[in-house]
Amino acid sequence: MAQNIGIKPVSGMARTLYRTMGLIIASGIMALALIGPASAKTGVVLAITLEPPHLDPTAGAPAAIDEVVYANLFEGLTRIDALGQVKPGLAERWVIEDDGLTYRFILRKGVTFHDGASLDSSDVKFSFDRAVAEGSENAQKGLFSAIETIETPDPQTVVIKLTRKEGLFLWNLGWGDAVIVDPASAETNKTNPVGTGPYKLDNWTRGDSIRLVRSSNYWGQKPAMDSVTFKIIADPSAQVTALLAGDVDVVPNIGAPESVAQFEADPRFVVTQGTTEGETLLAMNERRPLLQDVRVRKAIQHAIDRQALIDGAMFGFGTPIGSHFAPHNPAYTDLTEATPYDPEKAKDLLAQAGVAPGTKLVMKLPPPTYARRGGEIVAAQLKAVGFDVEQIPVDWGQWVSEVFKGDHDFDLTIVSHTEPLDIGIYARDDYYFGYDNPAFKTLMSKIDTVSDPAGRNTLYKEAQRMLADDAANAFLFQLAKVTVQRKDLKGLWQNAPIQANDMTGARWE
Amino acid sequence: MRLLMSGSKSGGHLPQLWVGGALTAIVLITALVAGFWTPYPADQQSIIDRLQGPSMAHWLGTDLYGRDILSRIMGGAQTALWVGMAAIGVGLAGGLPLGLAAAMNRNGLIDTAIARGSDLIFAFPALLTAVLIAAIHGPGMINVIVAVGIFNIAVFARVVRGAALSIMARPFLQAAIAIGRPWPSIALVHLLPNIAGVVAVQATVQFAAAILAEAALSYLGLGIKPPDPSWGKMLADAQTLLYLSPMQAILPGLAIVWTVLGLNLLGDGLRDALDPKLRSLRAV
Repeated sequence: MAQNIGIKPVSGMARTLYRTMGLIIASGIMALALIGPASAKTGVVLAITLEPPHLDPTAGAPAAIDEVVYANLFEGLTRIDALGQVKPGLAERWVIEDDGLTYRFILRKGVTFHDGASLDSSDVKFSFDRAVAEGSENAQKGLFSAIETIETPDPQTVVIKLTRKEGLFLWNLGWGDAVIVDPASAETNKTNPVGTGPYKLDNWTRGDSIRLVRSSNYWGQKPAMDSVTFKIIADPSAQVTALLAGDVDVVPNIGAPESVAQFEADPRFVVTQGTTEGETLLAMNERRPLLQDVRVRKAIQHAIDRQALIDGAMFGFGTPIGSHFAPHNPAYTDLTEATPYDPEKAKDLLAQAGVAPGTKLVMKLPPPTYARRGGEIVAAQLKAVGFDVEQIPVDWGQWVSEVFKGDHDFDLTIVSHTEPLDIGIYARDDYYFGYDNPAFKTLMSKIDTVSDPAGRNTLYKEAQRMLADDAANAFLFQLAKVTVQRKDLKGLWQNAPIQANDMTGARWE
Repeated sequence: MRLLMSGSKSGGHLPQLWVGGALTAIVLITALVAGFWTPYPADQQSIIDRLQGPSMAHWLGTDLYGRDILSRIMGGAQTALWVGMAAIGVGLAGGLPLGLAAAMNRNGLIDTAIARGSDLIFAFPALLTAVLIAAIHGPGMINVIVAVGIFNIAVFARVVRGAALSIMARPFLQAAIAIGRPWPSIALVHLLPNIAGVVAVQATVQFAAAILAEAALSYLGLGIKPPDPSWGKMLADAQTLLYLSPMQAILPGLAIVWTVLGLNLLGDGLRDALDPKLRSLRAV
């Protein structure tokens, strides 16, 4: 297979040596980092790991969509800020009637879409009606489930009546799935997104990058950056070299936590660590007879040493969790002590359940570091209690079609659920891990009707405990958001309270 | 084995034969030893001991998961040799009979079919074919062997045909044909022993290529499944660790260089030892 590489052989030995070296080099096993010159910049380049399948946040679940368009290109009535608080968005202000069921939103004046169409209350009604309509692709229809009627008494006013008190209604309207779109462009937003945000789409080179430029007719404060470019770099080591080479200015969520030490030592960069909404799970397919047995699921949870997993896979970045809830949330209760690492207990439980040593489990692992590396460690930990785990690396497309949808052909998988406050997925019918507990569903619908925060928090804690007691999945750790950025780049989010790369405040100093 | 006997040059004049042979022998011995003993089980993790340098406990240090690198290099040698031998086995099992059949049916229907078939396989770069097969059937050792083996069938068929044709032109074989010896007897008694040298040389070269292909596929995540040790997988894992622990990349890299260099030297040495005139037949 080797070609003559064009060096006149001096001897048989040298010839072979050259050919061998040629082969090795040609195998592409070397990586070179080149340091590029810095220059005065008016734009910013981010590296994102996944390319969004399209750019309409109201028509799909992938976080990659929101990570490009949220706050930059599309806006909702409310918005979630860097601290996770609800702030006015396209609604300048709002009034909640005493019954707690009627919300009156006053829209901002002079808001236009990128194509020049102006925003009025009918666009809001259209957007929400479209989100829940038959055949809607909206991934979070539950956000709108409490809405009874939407009225538009005048172009600046939207009155929404709810069927039940919804404590999180204003928060829900701040999601990317609830952004306001224009009827004229709604159907083409996937490829040609038209929003009200400070940036509009300039160019999308598939597989390479998405470039946004400042919109001239933005209603609010003009952002400092005149362009925002999202470069799609899936490979963690390529992200590192792109940063070192100056090709990108920031990696909001670095794929290789081991590279942090290198950037901390480099004066050109700063590293920040924040929290995310990403509960990382070892999800178990409860359609499988073996995993229907709560003793087996508990044994799997007890077999896992969370801290070793965080250290080994994430270089210490991450917080152990004992249920499906983010530790920074006020309603969080720490249940890691209730399900500690205890291999002996795991073995006992498996013996009780009659699971023979050497029982096979198939674990499908999507591309992120937490999954592939976590899988390697989890497989070894499960082997220690008697399972024989086959690790199958899959790409995201395969993961969605084989694990998340379709026949749910898996026993175990590792995935991070990055939507905020998404414990409700355990109440869904036929969700991918197949957890089915009527008591939990009742609890979730009860939470929806409680609007006082303390009461809600109590119920959320009860829900967390229920999932931990049931070992609905094995709960591993909360994903950290580790950002590496140029030192002179300011105004980025440290935490990720919602799936977003809000670049409206970004600036060079 | 006439040609082998007639090798006139003594080993002393062929340093590559001895150097290559020694390098290869060490890999072979390592793989054999790994079959029943490694310092630690190759997949035994100890997270707190991860990314350590060489020590008395771990002679070559530990990897990302605290696994013993020496054990994994040894296990990787086993993996590499299994894949290499199996890929050569597949190549010989298919290529030898096809090549002989093609030679004896020169320019006939069988010969043309085999020639066009191998043209088709050669039309795609070998590694690309292997990536395609591995991508369709998923990662795993068997799929790697099949992926690399299919290409080898074409390589061996072509080499065997060429070598056999040159032998068939010789008087002793013309005589055998003239006195009406049956074809199977001609193939087994006259052809096979005379082309064995060429095939052996080709096998060492393809062996090296198969090991590189396994490393490349595993590097891309299409080869050996975790947690089984593979040099290519070790390199892939080391990629982001270059700054923290360069040994993670250097050690498996050296193992690959060592093995491939050894096999290539051995191949060259064998060829010169067997017959310098066969040099033109080498189709690498």
